[in-house]
Amino acid sequence: MQETQQRQWDTLRQDTAQRLAAAEEITGPGKLVRAKDVVKLLEAVIRPGDKINLEGNNQKQADFLAERLCRVDPEKIHGLHLVQSAIALDSHTKLFEKGIAEKIDFSYSGAQAGKLAQAVQEGKVKLGDIHTYLELFGRYFIDLVPRVALVAAYQADKDGNLYTGSNTEDTPVIVEATKFKQGIVIAQVNEVVDHLPRVDIPGDWVDFVVQSPRPFYLEPLFTRDPALITDAQILRAMMAIKGIYAEYGVQTVNHGIGFDTAAIELLLPTYGEELGLKGKICTSFALNPHPTLIPAIESGWVKNIHCFGGELGMEEYVKARPDVFFVGPDGSPRSNRTYAQIAGHYAVDLFIGGTLQIDEDGNSSTATASRIAGFGGAPNMGCDPHGRRHASEAWLKCGAESGMAAFTLGGMPRGKRLVVQLQETFREKMAPGFVERLDAWELKEKAGLALPPVMIYGDDLTHIVTEEGIAYLHKCRSLEERRAAIRAVAGYTKVGLKADPEETRALRADGIVKTPEDLGIDPARANRSLLAAKNVRDLVKWSGGLYQPPGKFKNW
Amino acid sequence: MALQHLEFSYAGTPGAAIPMEWFHSGVVGSGDMEVLLTRREQQGRVTVKVCTPVRGFDQVWDKVLARFVQESGCGDLELEINDNNATPFIVSLRLKQALQEARGGEPA
Repeated sequence: MQETQQRQWDTLRQDTAQRLAAAEEITGPGKLVRAKDVVKLLEAVIRPGDKINLEGNNQKQADFLAERLCRVDPEKIHGLHLVQSAIALDSHTKLFEKGIAEKIDFSYSGAQAGKLAQAVQEGKVKLGDIHTYLELFGRYFIDLVPRVALVAAYQADKDGNLYTGSNTEDTPVIVEATKFKQGIVIAQVNEVVDHLPRVDIPGDWVDFVVQSPRPFYLEPLFTRDPALITDAQILRAMMAIKGIYAEYGVQTVNHGIGFDTAAIELLLPTYGEELGLKGKICTSFALNPHPTLIPAIESGWVKNIHCFGGELGMEEYVKARPDVFFVGPDGSPRSNRTYAQIAGHYAVDLFIGGTLQIDEDGNSSTATASRIAGFGGAPNMGCDPHGRRHASEAWLKCGAESGMAAFTLGGMPRGKRLVVQLQETFREKMAPGFVERLDAWELKEKAGLALPPVMIYGDDLTHIVTEEGIAYLHKCRSLEERRAAIRAVAGYTKVGLKADPEETRALRADGIVKTPEDLGIDPARANRSLLAAKNVRDLVKWSGGLYQPPGKFKNW
Repeated sequence: MALQHLEFSYAGTPGAAIPMEWFHSGVVGSGDMEVLLTRREQQGRVTVKVCTPVRGFDQVWDKVLARFVQESGCGDLELEINDNNATPFIVSLRLKQALQEARGGEPA
């Protein structure tokens, strides 16, 4: 009892107050900070070894603040522990080269994946863990609480209220985790205004606002030019629509990034219409605003879309379709990565995407031996969510077909999420899509990871779609049967050449493997004339001019 | 990279050639190929000449071509393929499409 009374219970708050007092000597009163004072501000509020969150993901980036953090004096600020969604910018890896940061816990890398792997090997970076977005966000509230967060918004007012609009993305979760554990929040904004369209982040959660000399960087990561879609992708899309979406009556969906899923989106108003599937499949999505979904939306297929983030050029289109997208009372869209990830984990019946390599047991990975690419959000959607308790037609049918459930659950009925991979047996330069051993094993050794980074585990994967056919893996009654089903659709890869024609015939008879012929699909029909839009210009036309593609996608 | 020339030969179906002397199909765009089918009286045999920039996949070409000849039931043909990094699937698809067109739209 005595001890309790003597102990201080607000050391974090007092420490923050000291840091803010030091900052005020530089910035003066008020929350607005001049761009030229930012380096000094960072030196005043950050201490060596702090956990720092630099906002950024695969879409918007707090790039100006990241670049300024690189300019602090490493004598004063060093040993920082970055806890953040993405290592995406040159300035992120530069922090390690300069010794300002030494450790990283993250989710996604992308363009910096090669540099990061190199820095880890050279001992310049202590690699913490590689997470999915949701588990990293969870750790912001448990053991990776940011001390200082550097975030990005479109607009602020002088009181620090922020408007994050269609690119709200990760900002709410970062700011809440930081501020409510007495941390410090600094926002870069594109402009300071007197009146915001709406308040996305309340001003009393934000300590400083700086107008960036240029708008924050935004990557149009989810834009796929229909002109680049191949016949093989169209064939896989036809098989997925007929053999999976229609077969299970899949209404709620998440699509991975890539041309295969873009092909599916562009076949809904044509091939999907021909099969009479409108209203029966694909009515609700957890999905970024994919431009290739415009024709399906305009044809009345899609009732609802919740977005992880914003997509450059889609703002006006999204704004003009409030029945479909989530739009604020001010009339402008809002995204939210946390909520969209929760929706993608619990509320959709099907995840479908592509990968680099699938092994003989069905484990898949996008890792290569020289790149630490991370996971992003895919594993939370590319898995069977074991906490799910609500039922739907697709979920119940997939669960009822499970060949292994009887061995683990006895007679208890349970549904199953459809987790589908679209895989080209050979990609460009004849890189095989099926391998005996994932490169992820080599990366594990090189980077000293606890586990090979597997994007989707074999026991979560329910279907593989290749040009050869669909393997309905969840129907298999043993690991050996699953391996045979994988071999049967692996084409002319080393894995596929091990297929025994007799065994494949038996799997076809059991409905575990279906070829295009079994599905009633003529591969000769798989060509670009089936696409609802054949190029970016067609997408603009479908949108009635509302979609404004970034310059690099405009070739007319 | 230097192009390499491969040759293959299969026992096809005698008399199962195409109606015309020759038929050409496809374009040598990136990831694609063209094929020239020529009628040849050679006891049903299907002979194939492949010109490709890709090395080390002779065995895969053999399997793809053998399966095409067997499944399509073609014969007495010479195939000349100019390949530009087409995947095995694209090769199969283009061959089937070419034969289908040459036969006047009958499914291969």
